Amino acid sequence: MKSSVWDRLVQTSELYLAVVIVMVGALITFLNPEFLTLQNVFDILRRNAFLGIFALGLLPVLISGGIDVSFTAVATIAQYIMAVIVTTHSVDSVLLAFLIPIPIGILLGAINAWIVSYSRVHPVIITIATLNAFHGLLIFITGGRWIYGFPMSFSEFARVQVFTITSATGRTYGLSVFVVIWLLTAVLTWFILQHTRIGRRVFAIGGNLEAARRSGFNIFRIHLFVYGFTGALAGIAAFIHTAQNQMVEPNAIVGRELEVVAAVILGGASIFGGKGSVLGTVLGVFLIGIIRNGVILIGLSSYWHQVTFGFVIIVAASINAVQSQLRTRNPGISL
Amino acid sequence: MASAEGRRDEVPVLAVRNANKHYGGVHALRTVEFDMVAGEIHCLIGENGSGKSTLVKIITGVVQPDEGTEVFVSDAKLTHLTPYAALQYGIHVVHQDLSLFPNLSVAENIAAHKYAGYGLRLVGWRETYEIARRVVRELDIELDLQKPVRELSVADQQLVAICRSIASEAVILIMDEPTAALTHYETQRLFSFLRKLADRGVSVLFISHRLDEILEIGERVTILRDGAKVGTYAAGELDRNTIVRLMTGKDVTSGRPQDYTRPETEVLRTEALTREGRYKDVSFSLRSGEILGLIGPRGAGRTEVALSLFGLDPPDSGTILVQGKAVQIHNNREAIRLGIGYLPENRLLEGLVLDQSIENNTVITNLAQILGRWRLADPGKRRKLAETVVKDFHVVAPGVKPPARALSGGNQQKVVLGKWVRTGPKCLILDSPTNGVDVGAKAGIRRIIAQLAEQGIAVLLISDEESEILENCPRTLIMRDGNVYGPYETGDLDEETLRAMIRHEQEITV
Repeated sequence: MKSSVWDRLVQTSELYLAVVIVMVGALITFLNPEFLTLQNVFDILRRNAFLGIFALGLLPVLISGGIDVSFTAVATIAQYIMAVIVTTHSVDSVLLAFLIPIPIGILLGAINAWIVSYSRVHPVIITIATLNAFHGLLIFITGGRWIYGFPMSFSEFARVQVFTITSATGRTYGLSVFVVIWLLTAVLTWFILQHTRIGRRVFAIGGNLEAARRSGFNIFRIHLFVYGFTGALAGIAAFIHTAQNQMVEPNAIVGRELEVVAAVILGGASIFGGKGSVLGTVLGVFLIGIIRNGVILIGLSSYWHQVTFGFVIIVAASINAVQSQLRTRNPGISL
Repeated sequence: MASAEGRRDEVPVLAVRNANKHYGGVHALRTVEFDMVAGEIHCLIGENGSGKSTLVKIITGVVQPDEGTEVFVSDAKLTHLTPYAALQYGIHVVHQDLSLFPNLSVAENIAAHKYAGYGLRLVGWRETYEIARRVVRELDIELDLQKPVRELSVADQQLVAICRSIASEAVILIMDEPTAALTHYETQRLFSFLRKLADRGVSVLFISHRLDEILEIGERVTILRDGAKVGTYAAGELDRNTIVRLMTGKDVTSGRPQDYTRPETEVLRTEALTREGRYKDVSFSLRSGEILGLIGPRGAGRTEVALSLFGLDPPDSGTILVQGKAVQIHNNREAIRLGIGYLPENRLLEGLVLDQSIENNTVITNLAQILGRWRLADPGKRRKLAETVVKDFHVVAPGVKPPARALSGGNQQKVVLGKWVRTGPKCLILDSPTNGVDVGAKAGIRRIIAQLAEQGIAVLLISDEESEILENCPRTLIMRDGNVYGPYETGDLDEETLRAMIRHEQEITV
């Protein structure tokens, strides 16, 4: 009794998400044809690359049955330290700069993992606490000072495009290197979750923590991995955010946690753990991106973005819930 | 199959010598000797608190026994056994909750031990499927290896749990109450599967409260009482009554139920009740003091009928009459007002709020009775009501303040019964009330049901266990494929005949 490919397909939340994206896209295009141009789509991808990487970092934590909302503070600390080092020592190498925020992210993630494992308090409480503690410490030490004056290599890197197209009107545009980093991160995350032991153990503890304990899994190590991974990707996102804006402002990222959590949930991950996919996470971020972009293109006040955003989350989450009910539906009388 | 007598001389794969365990001041296990030989199915039975679970926990390394206790696995003496080490020695438990990963595929669950190592090593998907396919093929069962475990039936999930143990080379397989959630057919399938495992040399330790099953599957039976071993017997030399006597230390006769039915006092009547796809044309009548059985396999529509009568799942057509008056029951508040109570099948999930006190659980259905001045709940009245329930129903509890979770299964059931009886119902629907409780508690619940009937309450007792119906109900309905047949007098029936009637193998001619 193998289940057919079709059965599998209609059960994936990615399909529903793709349908929602097409419908929202069609609606916006109908109101403003500017939306459906390659230039605009590339632009949406570029602007959302750092959110996309945050979301990928969050995914394994959610699958493991935990949650982390401190990654914005982690990223802010990571980008601040990187910016200080780069500007004061005139490090004119993008690669070197890229390597600074990642270990900082891992370290702060490990602190989260350690507290979550040993306090046995729900991770949402712990990471709300560390979000405030990390961010507060940073503001206290730095006085909230902004940092400018990055070396030339930074602004050059931000303009790198992997390929360019010239439009009929003579304007050239292309796919930003940030999008490529986003996609590479996605492939890496997918590979770890799908093809490594630690990845499968992340799914296992999200499905049944007690059973994992009885099977002899070392739960702390798995926590260390997932929270460390969130930290590492927060570091990468911090780098992209800095390169994109050419400055560091300690209040720029903090406050966007829930947007990222929502994107991952939209992508089919369960807040209760055990479920989630990389493709869904990428699509979830993309959907939020086109809504924000569409609201601007249609010419609505940006507050409408928030309203639409909330509405789409309710609809998408409901579809998800209905789907899982269909899956476990009572077959009625069957003998 | 070697006889149990002969098996005594074989070298045991597991031997427990001089096992003692104190929990604080309680002597939970008193100098127990226990052994298992290769390829036997060994049953371990005893009432709750007899030391069964303590013995299992010692064998599996979950608790450390007292000084002087010795555990041997195939001649190797084990000291400071941990759960993980026990697994390494091939001692596997299939817990009642199965401990599976519901979100992972069948294949991954079976090959789960592959993930127990450390490091960023890769998962061999092909290897995972090969392990799973090999085990499934060797044991000759059919499972869709790609399906997430959550989508399987409980019976199939159980097979997955067993396959997982076999894949990691289990020597001793401990099955904890494996049939509690299975239908008769699934139980039979499990038994033939366990016999196959035993033929391959795996020793099965089978723990159950269901004596018929023990007599059917067991080769040897070890009985514990009050922490001490009563003895190990060949299953062939035991019968039901002997086991009950050895377990409880007293004679518990399981005679036929007394009939308290008051004629000409119809409490509840249904006429051609139908709910599309669930049940059809259900007509029966229930009189004051009657204990009427409703038996059928899971999925036959028993629970659905009960839910309709309790207003939770209204019928599409047909009539419900309460004391001769046709009524529409839209929700459970109306049902309670009409005097209909319902005790759900899963007492743990639906019957009690486990973290709340016994007191709060008792009053939850009786809030009107505890209202004081200003129509606010009166703590004194609340306490008194709860204490009456505890006294009337012989609940063994240290007062009414501890959470319901602290009670044993049988006592939880008594609290649930009590909270409904205090609503003054005319009719109580009990769904599998003695499912999963031990022999002693079973007898207690049976007494309570009889008391209810004696007081004139009409009882509809839903079950899928033939013995439960025969011990409680003078008459029973049979439900199959959404249809109701009967009622039949149970006086002349035995379990086999009733089972055959349910399966329709035997012409119903009573």
